[in-house]
Amino acid sequence: MDFTFSEDQLLFRDSVRDFLRAEITPQRNRELWLTDTGRCSALWQQMADMGLCALTVPEQYGGMGMSELDFVLLAEETGYVALSEPLLNTALLATPLLRDCGHAALAAQWLPRIASGDARVIVGLEINTLVEDAHCADLLILERNGALYALTPDQVQLRENPSVDPGRKLFAVEFDGAKAEKIAEGEGALALIEAACNRGALAVAAQALGLAQRMIDISVQYTSERKQFGAPIGSFQAVKHHMANVAYKLEYAKTPLYRAAYSLANSRPQAGVHVSHAKLVACEVADLAAKNSIQVHGAMGYTWEVDLHMFMKRAWAFNSSYGAAGFHKARVAQRIFSDGALLGAGNTF
Amino acid sequence: MNLNYTPKQQAFREEVRSWLAANVPVQALQSFDTEEGFQQHREWEAKLYEGRWGMITWPEAMGGRGADLLEWLIFEEEYYAAGAPLRVNQNGIFLLGPTLMEYGTEEQKQRFLTGMATGTDIWCQGWSEPNAGSDMAAIRSSATLSEDGSHYVINGQKTWSTRAVWADWCFGMFRTDPASERHRGLTFILVPLNSEGITVRPIPQLDGLPGFAEIFFDNVKVPVDCRLGGEGEGWSVAMATAGFERGLMLRSPARFQETARRLVELYRANQQHVDDDPSIRDAVMRAYLDAEAYCLTTYQTACRLMQGGKIGAEASTNKIFWSELDLQMHATALKILQCRGELLPEGPDAGDVGRWLDGWLFAQSGPIYAGTNEIQRNIIAERLLGMPRK
Ligand SMILES: Cc1cc2nc3c(=O)[nH]c(=O)nc-3n(C[C@H](O)[C@H](O)[C@H](O)COP(=O)(O)OP(=O)(O)OC[C@H]3O[C@@H](n4cnc5c(N)ncnc54)[C@H](O)[C@@H]3O)c2cc1C
Repeated sequence: MDFTFSEDQLLFRDSVRDFLRAEITPQRNRELWLTDTGRCSALWQQMADMGLCALTVPEQYGGMGMSELDFVLLAEETGYVALSEPLLNTALLATPLLRDCGHAALAAQWLPRIASGDARVIVGLEINTLVEDAHCADLLILERNGALYALTPDQVQLRENPSVDPGRKLFAVEFDGAKAEKIAEGEGALALIEAACNRGALAVAAQALGLAQRMIDISVQYTSERKQFGAPIGSFQAVKHHMANVAYKLEYAKTPLYRAAYSLANSRPQAGVHVSHAKLVACEVADLAAKNSIQVHGAMGYTWEVDLHMFMKRAWAFNSSYGAAGFHKARVAQRIFSDGALLGAGNTF
Repeated sequence: MNLNYTPKQQAFREEVRSWLAANVPVQALQSFDTEEGFQQHREWEAKLYEGRWGMITWPEAMGGRGADLLEWLIFEEEYYAAGAPLRVNQNGIFLLGPTLMEYGTEEQKQRFLTGMATGTDIWCQGWSEPNAGSDMAAIRSSATLSEDGSHYVINGQKTWSTRAVWADWCFGMFRTDPASERHRGLTFILVPLNSEGITVRPIPQLDGLPGFAEIFFDNVKVPVDCRLGGEGEGWSVAMATAGFERGLMLRSPARFQETARRLVELYRANQQHVDDDPSIRDAVMRAYLDAEAYCLTTYQTACRLMQGGKIGAEASTNKIFWSELDLQMHATALKILQCRGELLPEGPDAGDVGRWLDGWLFAQSGPIYAGTNEIQRNIIAERLLGMPRK
């Protein structure tokens, strides 16, 4: 029993953190909002150079063969900076799906390109209604009526839908199922879809925790500087308690996330329930962080100019991605309200 | 990360489980806030000690097993799952014991630890005073060193002292330097409650039982070898580095996980007539998840400590988390019981209401004792987040 990350995992997290905080500043995000695609190939290549794109690709395809557990701390960091590149979709959804779908040729064609940073591959699941980042995908893997299809950009029509979060790009995708390559159907497809959904929810949960931490940090800094009644507003207890309430809930959202990552990486039977636990509490704490952070900013928090909004909006957008609360609660309920469920002390792991 | 128990840990769990199965009293003990119940719990402590289960993290030489923190958590899981009695001497074994091991002289350890472990000496805590609650540094009760330096003379009043009514000893802080202010000039002293000049006045709690008491000190003489740590060093002894480990022992996750498990059971047994209020189902689920999250975070902290890590200010988050959880779980249970929720279990028509009402009453105190949740929030804001004090 060892519920800690390894030295290597923490060191890698630190270097990714330094890189992301230096590169993906709020200013950089704002500049990207004004570009056509909102995405940046140079940035993608930099991330590939750091090994981020290759991390989950199996070694035989030029990757490092790492797991969800190795990625989860990095995903928190991408949330902290509100990264908009589809790194998590490609590395945590598409890559394992290509690895596991039983199409050696497809895997051999795309996984090395993903590892080198040469391709963004995007998975679109029906649970999300729209497909994120379909416009910059070199390959799309889409769920349609219980089957999975692989599509190149020329095979799809995209209809963009603006999100409250200017960093998110969402599309309705149309394609001709008869001409598309079907890569899985039936039971096999369901298993792949469920696994992808779990990884997507894990990625969102991790980012939500990063967002919550970012909103705390921004608010602590702002309230330490802003003065009213002759004192920093952060010295007022009502303001302190707003932030303390986020901070203590955040502590208890982290460990469910790490257990979920472990359970996915080790194919534990309860992995789905663990992911649902993590997703529910992570989105709740990010939501609370947004609510309390805008409050302690006063009118400043209600503006486009102050950076807070890009983190709040990402948190709001994440609430229902990869399963709204009802979806995840139903999975938890199924476990704890079923006959003969082993519950209580000693049944956690 | 490896979330599997080792064969050694599994074997340990089995050993605990079978000992408890053979020894936990079949008939639940009376509340330790009654004289008879107090005595029953004292005997239970002696039985635990005989089996060397009294305080497994203590060294073998002191009747323990030298167990590590993970084994401690496993022990607690089995202990609560078995429905074993609450620990009447938790102030001694969980709080004072570790402090004695760190700050006590060899002679003090010999003298106090065994009596503590066997249940012969039950301890109460004397921090709070009428004018020193959240602001503990406002303590005024005084201890004056006699001219020959052989003993202290204590005067003043402590209050809210849990289990003081039938306890044998009290540990707490007294002002030894009358000119001192705040955290300075305080000394940690162990006081036998049968000393001349002590009056204990029981205070009935919400359930009507005298779970705590006021203690009046009128020229009470205490030998100087009852001082723990140096004179004037009381504050740092009280805030000892063992802080978190003590916190971890005070409220282990297993306790809340068992309450959550029983809550799920209660909900399922009454589901038909409570599902009209969908918030109940949601609250049951939430209770279960939160109890599990508390367990997960505690395991993570235990693993970190075992690897030589230090506990940071994030530990101050746990008090709020478990006390709010405990309230929420009991509130939900009472909602499930509906009109029977207000009935004491002995009522002829109460039916199978269990101990939920009692738990609800006790849960009211969680956000107050051991540093109120407001004080905890101040600590989190200032020490964990670095928000300005002024
Ligand atoms: C069941 C129970 C058992 C106890 N057992 C013991 C024991 O064994 N030994 C012992 O010494 N004591 C014991 N206590 C006392 C306990 O430690 C105190 O009740 C606690 O420290 C609060 O002090 P107080 O009751 O004087 O409340 P106060 O300090 O008067 O606080 C009243 C309210 O004001 C708030 N408040 C006070 N100061 C601040 C601040 N700076 N910022 C924000 N809010 C503030 C508090 O949070 C609280 O809500 C026990 C209490 C209970 C309920």
